[in-house]
Amino acid sequence: MSPANGDAQTTNANMKIKVTVWRQAGPNAQGAFKDYDLDDISPEMSFLEMLDTLNEMLNDRGEEPVAFDHDCREGICGSCGMMIDGVPHGPERGTATCQLHMRKFSSGAHIKIEPFRASSFPINKDLSVDRSAFDRIIESGGYISAPTGTAPDANLIPIPKGVADVSMDAAQCIGCGACVAACPNGAAQLFTSAKLAHLNLMPQGQAERWDRTVNMVDTMESYFGSCTNHGECEAACPKEISIDFIALMNKDFVKAQLKQRRLAGQLFP
Amino acid sequence: MTLDSKIPDGPIADKWDNHKFDVKLVNPANKRKFTVIVVGTGLAGASAAASLAELGYDVKIISFHDSPRRAHSIAAQGGINAAKNYKNDGDSVHRLFYDTVKGGDFRAREANVHRLAQVSVNIIDQCAAQGVPFAREYGGMLDNRSFGGAQVSRTFYARGQTGQQLLLGAYQAMMRVVGLGMAELYNRTEMLELVVKDGVACGVVCRNLVSGEVFSLAGHAVVVASGGYGNAFYLSTNAMQSNVTAAWRAHKQGAYFANPCYTQIHPTCIPASDDFQSKLTLMSESLRNDGRIWVPKDSNDARPAHQIPEEDRDYYLERRYPAFGNLVPRDIASRAAKREVDAGRGVGPQKNGVYLDFGAAIDRLGEDVIRDRYDNLFEMYDRITDENPYKMPMRIYPAVHYTMGGLWVDYNLMSNLPGLYVLGEANFSDHGANRLGASALMQGLADGYFVLPYTIGDYLAPLLGKPIVTTSDPAFKAAETKVSEGSKQLLSINGTRSVDDIHRELGKVIWDNCGMARTEQSLTKAISEIPAIRDEFWTNVRVLGSNESMNQSLEKAGRVADFLEFGELMCRDALHRNESCGGHFREEYQTEEGEALRDDENFAYVGAWEWKGVGSDPALHKEQLTFDNVHLATRSYK
Repeated sequence: MSPANGDAQTTNANMKIKVTVWRQAGPNAQGAFKDYDLDDISPEMSFLEMLDTLNEMLNDRGEEPVAFDHDCREGICGSCGMMIDGVPHGPERGTATCQLHMRKFSSGAHIKIEPFRASSFPINKDLSVDRSAFDRIIESGGYISAPTGTAPDANLIPIPKGVADVSMDAAQCIGCGACVAACPNGAAQLFTSAKLAHLNLMPQGQAERWDRTVNMVDTMESYFGSCTNHGECEAACPKEISIDFIALMNKDFVKAQLKQRRLAGQLFP
Repeated sequence: MTLDSKIPDGPIADKWDNHKFDVKLVNPANKRKFTVIVVGTGLAGASAAASLAELGYDVKIISFHDSPRRAHSIAAQGGINAAKNYKNDGDSVHRLFYDTVKGGDFRAREANVHRLAQVSVNIIDQCAAQGVPFAREYGGMLDNRSFGGAQVSRTFYARGQTGQQLLLGAYQAMMRVVGLGMAELYNRTEMLELVVKDGVACGVVCRNLVSGEVFSLAGHAVVVASGGYGNAFYLSTNAMQSNVTAAWRAHKQGAYFANPCYTQIHPTCIPASDDFQSKLTLMSESLRNDGRIWVPKDSNDARPAHQIPEEDRDYYLERRYPAFGNLVPRDIASRAAKREVDAGRGVGPQKNGVYLDFGAAIDRLGEDVIRDRYDNLFEMYDRITDENPYKMPMRIYPAVHYTMGGLWVDYNLMSNLPGLYVLGEANFSDHGANRLGASALMQGLADGYFVLPYTIGDYLAPLLGKPIVTTSDPAFKAAETKVSEGSKQLLSINGTRSVDDIHRELGKVIWDNCGMARTEQSLTKAISEIPAIRDEFWTNVRVLGSNESMNQSLEKAGRVADFLEFGELMCRDALHRNESCGGHFREEYQTEEGEALRDDENFAYVGAWEWKGVGSDPALHKEQLTFDNVHLATRSYK
């Protein structure tokens, strides 16, 4: 018997669905939607396992499989993400594509699948996009400079539990890009503010707080659109990160402008 | 060739300090003259890349992910061990060392393990300074919990996302040096060949996964931190892209592969539901702190869990191991679950799981406390199974999770190939035959932050002023050709079966014959079956698309091709090791009570295999292990 490799039969009735998928051969190729019928989809499948099934079928009939990013399939690596019926990660709130299951759809469903849409996320192929602009934001200041070896004892800096908890709420961001894809402006405020809140709330993060804020916001603005408070980002976020963090970022950004001038000697403290 | 582990002299507690003084240093101004290539950006790779760049080395970082933050370390849930003794409960460096050697069933190198325990305290300091949001007590101090197999509370955690937060800390440190121009990042780039000239590692050949371009990077040293090989089983808790390729290709260039049969089966995963299952999901072992594991006493008991009264339940771990109860080490918990399921007492629609029940903990502590501790795990379980673990017990079953074996390294973490370093799960060094919970994160970060930055200088210092092998050297050109030809060959077979289909077949053979329990017969069977699957792959696989664009089937095909060779070595290693130890359980070698029976007389060694070609028997090299500080004993968790 080998339960983990599963020989068992499904008990639930399988579903018939139609998917309409964006196919694009490369970054500069012309793309188009294509329809595929799938007759034997188990409701226990994850959405990505449904795509695996589609790809097996395509491979069998000599068509190139659909490219899509995925890795951990546990909702934590942030690799996966696509527009499912126009919504990043699909209909289930607080759920990444890999954790979405087909039982959330009904048999006969027609599902439209597109890559995350944002000009700052160029398409690599099919459903795979290039999100390296997020890495550029992090490298511009999304860290606490603590070169290896410089750290004092970890308990030297007590951090009130409440602060650590809120900081952790923000730090949970998986960097999937759903917030950008959901935003009518293609803004990355939720991603950026989550990292800023994580670090700016921590006592360890104070030394670089103001520079970090200005640098990350500047970098963000060079790649992404502007926030006009639609709130779509929060609704799409698989980790349900709150847009309150955007308010914190905005406050810190304004303060940082003044602090910087003070530091530069342009204002009296 | 004899394996020189280069373990420093002196008492165990002084070895690392003495060694740090003895190793050669590279002058700060000279560090920039040395190029180090880091392959992989998990905890080990990212922490090494950041630390080496901070020291001033010229660092090139390779990650096959779209962003280095996606490395699979991110999925680790439970926590990270450190001998801080913040709980005043009797922990110490020596105790962590002792527990790790014992937990590894006396198949780890004492000196390495002691060093790991020593630097564990620095890791927590380092991570806290980086802003890792560890769980805190109300007074603001760091919180700890006890974790699988430990009788002290030494595990630091960040909700159920410790790996994520530690990795983001290392990733951010690494992106900082990338942003400052102190390191160069190649994302969506896969290492496909290690370049070795005159027996020395001198660079890598890579493929850009978006454009298909094949190119070389030359360096003074290559650091492979590419993770473990659990996906040889097809189904595992590893991420879909986790693979053995970087390590295996280094092996085929001469690096020895040590103890590949040591694979850890994690006791708390969600049981598989069907053939389409693409991977298994782990539920953190921390759940065992508050959850009680049981099965119905009667294998025909069809009642739902909550209707089964206490007297009809068998809390088999608590019964068999009263001292450790539900917290016995992973290998023991896994085999115990297998025993129950094999005996027909499994639960769930496929009868392929055991219950992990929080009812008692919720009654005792209240649902809020449990929610606070495990909510994200409970949610994840609910999403996958459509069952609410606050109301009914979880169903769990063991799954392949971590691999203790890996490329052989000496005390400096250098492989037998000069210039090739191996870090984290990709090496074999610290966990012996079984890894304790919350020790993987510790080892990855120890290697990257606090070991390699010291030991690499010893190798590099004498190379000052000597020219490096450039990428125009014939050795690089030959390796590039090999990579390009390899892709072309895979694309030209155009058979009838998909890569996944063949991978699934391989995984089933390995799981059935070299899984939680192995026998001479099953292993001999696997060794005879794997070459046939390999032949099937090379004659009948279908990989569509081109090499000159993003091609995920092609990427996967290359990795599965390596698993098809590696899987055989794993079985050969398991067959040669005529004993049971930790994650390697040979049914022929067990006590009357069904516990692992080691043979210290004949097998207290590291088995390091040398590649001799496809289909040829590999050569075994042995590194004898000595236990001067922790006395060889039979593990007992009763």
